[in-house]
This record gives sequence, C-alpha cells and structure tokens, in this order.
Amino acid sequence: MSFFSDPATPFAALLVAALATYFWRGLGVMLSHRLSADQPLFHWVSAVAFAMLAGLIARLIIFPGGALAETELPDRLAAAVLTLAIFYWSRKNLALGVFAGAGAFILLSWGRSL
Amino acid sequence: MGIRAALGMPGLILTATYIGFGSLARESGFTLWQGVLSTATGWAAPGQIIMAELYAVGASLFAITLAVAFTNARLLPMTVVLMPHLRDRTVPLWAYYFAAHYIAVTGWAQAMRVCPTLPSEERLPYFLGCAISLWIATLIATTFGFVIAGHVPVIISTGLVFLNPVYFMLVLMVDLRERIRAIAIVLGAILGPALHYLSPDWGLLATGLIGGTAAFLIGRKSGPV
Repeated sequence: MSFFSDPATPFAALLVAALATYFWRGLGVMLSHRLSADQPLFHWVSAVAFAMLAGLIARLIIFPGGALAETELPDRLAAAVLTLAIFYWSRKNLALGVFAGAGAFILLSWGRSL
Repeated sequence: MGIRAALGMPGLILTATYIGFGSLARESGFTLWQGVLSTATGWAAPGQIIMAELYAVGASLFAITLAVAFTNARLLPMTVVLMPHLRDRTVPLWAYYFAAHYIAVTGWAQAMRVCPTLPSEERLPYFLGCAISLWIATLIATTFGFVIAGHVPVIISTGLVFLNPVYFMLVLMVDLRERIRAIAIVLGAILGPALHYLSPDWGLLATGLIGGTAAFLIGRKSGPV
C-alpha cells in the first residue's frame, strides 16, 4: 500500500489522525516552559487551518458527497444563509443558529418530498 | 465542580455536533466502533470531520495526515497557554501528558476562564473533571448519532450530517477580530469548492496552503494583527 497515493484503509486513517492530533498536544506540554503562544509561525499555521476549514465547509454545502448530495443546492444555501442570519440576529447565539439552520434544512427537504 | 461545568450550554452544543459526527461517520463508510474510536483517540471535531471526509473520497494516508495535522495544529499554542494554569508542584509530569489528550476547545475555554481563580492543587482535577465528562458525552453522542442515522427517515439523518458544516461555519464566525483569520476564511470559502472540483483528495490541503499563506501575507502587510 502506498502512503502517498493509495486510498487509506479505515484503521490506518484513524491511527494517523490520532497521531497527528496528539502530536501537537504532547509537543505543547514539552514546550510549555519556553515557548510563547504568540509567534508568526502560529499565525501562519492558524491561517492555513482557518482557510482549510472554511474551504471544507463551503465544499460540504456546495459539492457535498453521500446523502447530502441527494439534496438540492438552493435548500442547502438557504439553510446556511438562515443559520448566519439567526446567529447574528441573536447576538451570536451558536445553539440557536445551528438548530435553526439544521431545522430549516430538514423542513425544506421535507417540503420538496411532498 | 468541573463535571458540572461540562453540562452547560457549550457541552450541549458539543454533544449535538458529535451526534452529527456519528451520522457522518456512518455516511463516510466507517463502522460504529471505528466512529467511536475516532472520537476516543482523535478527539477534536474539525480534524475528525476532515479525516472522515477525506477517507470517504479515497484520499491517501499522506493527505489525511497533513490535513489533520494542519487542522489540529492550533492545539499546540492552546496547550502552551493552558499549561501554566494547570501547574502544581505535587503533580508528576506524566499526568500533564495524559491531561493533554483532553485539550480541545470547549474544555480549554472553560479551564482558561476558571483555573486561574482556583488554588493550584485543584486546577488539574477541575480541568480533567470537565474535559473527561465532555469526552464521555461525545463518545455517547457519536454512538447515538451513528445508530439513529440508520433508523430515522433519510431526511432527518441527512439533517444530522448537515449539522457539521453549519456548526463549524458559526464556530469560524464567532471571532473575526483578527484580520488574518477573516481573510483566510473568505479565501478558503472561495478556493475550497473550486479546488475540490479539480482534485478531491488534494484540493483541501491546497486550499489551506494557498488561502492561508495568502491571508497571512496580506494580513501582515496591512499592519499588525
């Protein structure tokens, strides 16, 4: 199996994900005596992480895979916009935004199935 | 005390997210045990979602390792700033390496707020009580999400999977004061779908590296962050 090209097997994917996650935590403990958390390198790494997460979220809404691919793009976009609207309208209430968005999405999909 | 703190609103939202992750794990082709194992060992939802999504599109181990490492690299500075608030001379070093596994944003934010107000010998127990309660809640939520995704109408289980993108969209939007972050989010949201279209397995990493580096350079040029 090639590390660089073949599709990952489930347990190998879980293992590398766990190692790539604990690595930072363990290193953080090791370095906590002599490293400041405010460094240009951390700003760059966090920018990469934010761009990647934003990219993943946009992709999941616009080109999703699996069961979400069977739903309609306008429904997903409308639910995402509503999530943001409720979130800002409620002064950044995360729970209200998330539940309104997911609820609206379920209702919109259900409306189409009638 | 830490356990009680874990049962509040942030814990509730985290639990809902992991119900979504459980549904996503089933959707991505993992078994129930693999989904729960991911939550137990890779505990930090964004990395788990990236791992599941890349696995589902058949990405290589190399791509998964890099994507998860970048997504979770924030845990390093988080750990560095939390450790001084947990330190106590009577606690052996290995206990901190154990505790580090439970550093993730919800418990971290709680400990950062409360631990400085506690006597030093109560800090690590407080953090562990809070974080391990959250961890157990997410293990149960992953199981619940995986199991109910197979037993409710498709519309509902798809709605649960949809919790993942909407939740993380809002998590990203909570704090946009740092300019570099705001630019990174905009560039990422544009590049993400486009580059995924070009290459499903490498598009995400390319999005992060191109969008993140560009945001870092633009944000730094236009003054202090």
